[in-house]
Amino acid sequence: MMGIVIKGGHIIDPANKLDAVKDLYIDSTGFITGIGKAPEGFEVARSIDAHGQIVCPGLVDLRARLREPGLEYKATMESETRAAVAAGITTLCCPPDTWPVIDTPAMAQMVQSRAWRFGLAFVHPLGALTQGLEGKLLTDMAALEEAGCVGVSNALEPITDTLVLRRAMEYAATFDLTVYLHAEDPWLRNTGCVHEGEVGTRLGLPGIPEAAETVALARDLALIEQTGVRAHFCNLSGARAVAMLVEAQKQGLPVTADVTAHHLHLTEHDIGYFNTQCHVRPPLRSLRDRDALRAALQNGVISSICSDHQPHEPDAKLAPFAESEPGISGLETLLPLTLKLVEDKLLTLNEAIALLTVKPAEILGVECGTLSVGATADICIFDPKSHWILNADKFVSRGRNSPFLGWEFTGRVTHTLVGGEVVFELGST
Amino acid sequence: MKRDDLQFDSHGRLRHLLTIEGLPRQTILDILNTAESFISVGEREIKKVPLLRGKTVVNLFFEASTRTRTTFEIAAKRLSADVINLNPSASSTSKGETLLDTVRNLEAMHTELFVVRHRESGAAHLIAAHVPEHVHIVNAGDGRHAHPTQALLDLFTIRRHKGPIENLKVAIVGDILHSRVARSEIHALNTLGAAEVRVIAPKTLLPTAVEKLGVHAYTDMREGLSGVDVVIMLRLQRERMTGAFISSEQEYFNLYGLTPEKLGLAKPDAIVMHPGPMNRGLDIDSAVADGPQSVILPQVTYGIAVRMAIMALIMGGAAQTESAPAGGRRA
Repeated sequence: MMGIVIKGGHIIDPANKLDAVKDLYIDSTGFITGIGKAPEGFEVARSIDAHGQIVCPGLVDLRARLREPGLEYKATMESETRAAVAAGITTLCCPPDTWPVIDTPAMAQMVQSRAWRFGLAFVHPLGALTQGLEGKLLTDMAALEEAGCVGVSNALEPITDTLVLRRAMEYAATFDLTVYLHAEDPWLRNTGCVHEGEVGTRLGLPGIPEAAETVALARDLALIEQTGVRAHFCNLSGARAVAMLVEAQKQGLPVTADVTAHHLHLTEHDIGYFNTQCHVRPPLRSLRDRDALRAALQNGVISSICSDHQPHEPDAKLAPFAESEPGISGLETLLPLTLKLVEDKLLTLNEAIALLTVKPAEILGVECGTLSVGATADICIFDPKSHWILNADKFVSRGRNSPFLGWEFTGRVTHTLVGGEVVFELGST
Repeated sequence: MKRDDLQFDSHGRLRHLLTIEGLPRQTILDILNTAESFISVGEREIKKVPLLRGKTVVNLFFEASTRTRTTFEIAAKRLSADVINLNPSASSTSKGETLLDTVRNLEAMHTELFVVRHRESGAAHLIAAHVPEHVHIVNAGDGRHAHPTQALLDLFTIRRHKGPIENLKVAIVGDILHSRVARSEIHALNTLGAAEVRVIAPKTLLPTAVEKLGVHAYTDMREGLSGVDVVIMLRLQRERMTGAFISSEQEYFNLYGLTPEKLGLAKPDAIVMHPGPMNRGLDIDSAVADGPQSVILPQVTYGIAVRMAIMALIMGGAAQTESAPAGGRRA
């Protein structure tokens, strides 16, 4: 049988506790058929030299906006899945706040089939928790699941009616669907655009208090306990929210959480004088909050790092801070920012890779994020010693909105394989 | 902290005036001293000097204003500049033109100075970061962030009526949360080394971590006014009730309105200031506003001289001390 061999790479596969220099064999149908030893009758169609490189499962990103359908002037499914694989990301989960909203099976299928057409990263949609994300009527969750939705979410739109939220959770639990929640009280957030603290006060920007997160989180946790639904909290931002999650997990509630790569590196102070590239939602908070998020990764309370990718056209950020659109084009800094945590000795390389692969895969409930023999060959190969500087023309994503321009990184993706196909190779376009 | 000194050119000369924060003491003194020399211009029969002859000043007010716009207009005209007043909130921006597009169009008409007021914090910084080298920006108020010319004219007023700032205790009373005037005044007073700056308001109108700006916060006006040399009252917008910031006009006036009785707790020779527009009977009692300790109208008069000084320093040949300040945050 003909296939690809990845030779001499340092394989790190946290799911299988594999951490060794070995060859990896992929058959022509796109599955991993052997590690260390060639399967019988294997003929090398292509050999990838990975000496000195890390070979790990393709990264799994729990939250990326691809802007299609609805906002194609910002980015497209094609441009963003191409950016994903250039960053070693082979599986993406996209929230339902496209236009139209992913609240019907047809929309869910459309998103997947568009992504499938380009054959780059796998795209798994979340279905809307309420119709049109309006927080009033439930969606056909059984049909959404049937159509490939891996969970349900109201994205950043609030459900202010707690009875609707309770019913939505119960209904999702009926089909064993995970509910993805953003803990943000819309009343306390009000018109806020930065953390309510020192920097917001100095710049005269309306603040979002930490209580906007904790009030919503407390409400959601109470309803999770009541309904028994499995829930995932997107993008916790504050130290107090982390402490509440610790308690909830101790009580045995089925709750997980992720954090964005940028919240692990930036604080409110990075806004400087109105740097709109630091306008994100939830906002960058204090140093104490950032450190609490880092600690939560170390002790496993938060089990995934995601990009929260939000590509924008340049004009979206060329406005007064509050009027600029929130979000960072994050796909291409997901792995580099995570590797910085390894460099800073906050995580081991194994832990870091687990937070980007098997752990988010477990949250999604999708079979990916491992290099088990028999698994689909979604693989990321990176050079852990390569130094580079992020500048705007290096972006593959259509969105070049990033506060990390000019940052120096160590570790660079050289090859990405999806379903056994080399979909990205550094230096070849 | 980024130290892109937007406000200064490569020679350390003031190029834009966007915020007081980080402005060196000497720059502030240069402006105040230059303003002193312009006071006499307003008292002459022919109230003009030719410093900005042939230059075009655009008053670009995205948010309504009477006093500030008018004093800028008079100031520019007394410097012999041509002045254009635009109120784009009613025209281009409502047609979907972006803020920067509006500015670029006006820039293409070869104008040299924009006096900008905008409802959003950071608007003046955004514009200043995107104009060519020969164009200057003066911030005439951005959101809740800064109103540097108001703060400078307030300093000028205090200096004229009370002498050196160093020995003075100043209280700022009212809606600190929404006030760009308060933020700029706090930075200005602290840069010139005021003995103490106090802010007085109910907790709903005090920003989080306000002490970090270098002030003492009081919720009791009687306590806060005790022994101060200067009382600066801020306007309370009547709409604040609907945002649940205050309960009623009566209660607000009872607790935070400046009455002769409350003023009696300040030093006997304390002065009273207000950036306007005043809400008589809500933030200030007429007996105080029109009383002997009030310097509210001189503030307006000085405002012209101070704005002349700023424009002359930024665009004209008026002497300024080139600054190479060490440390501190600057825009």
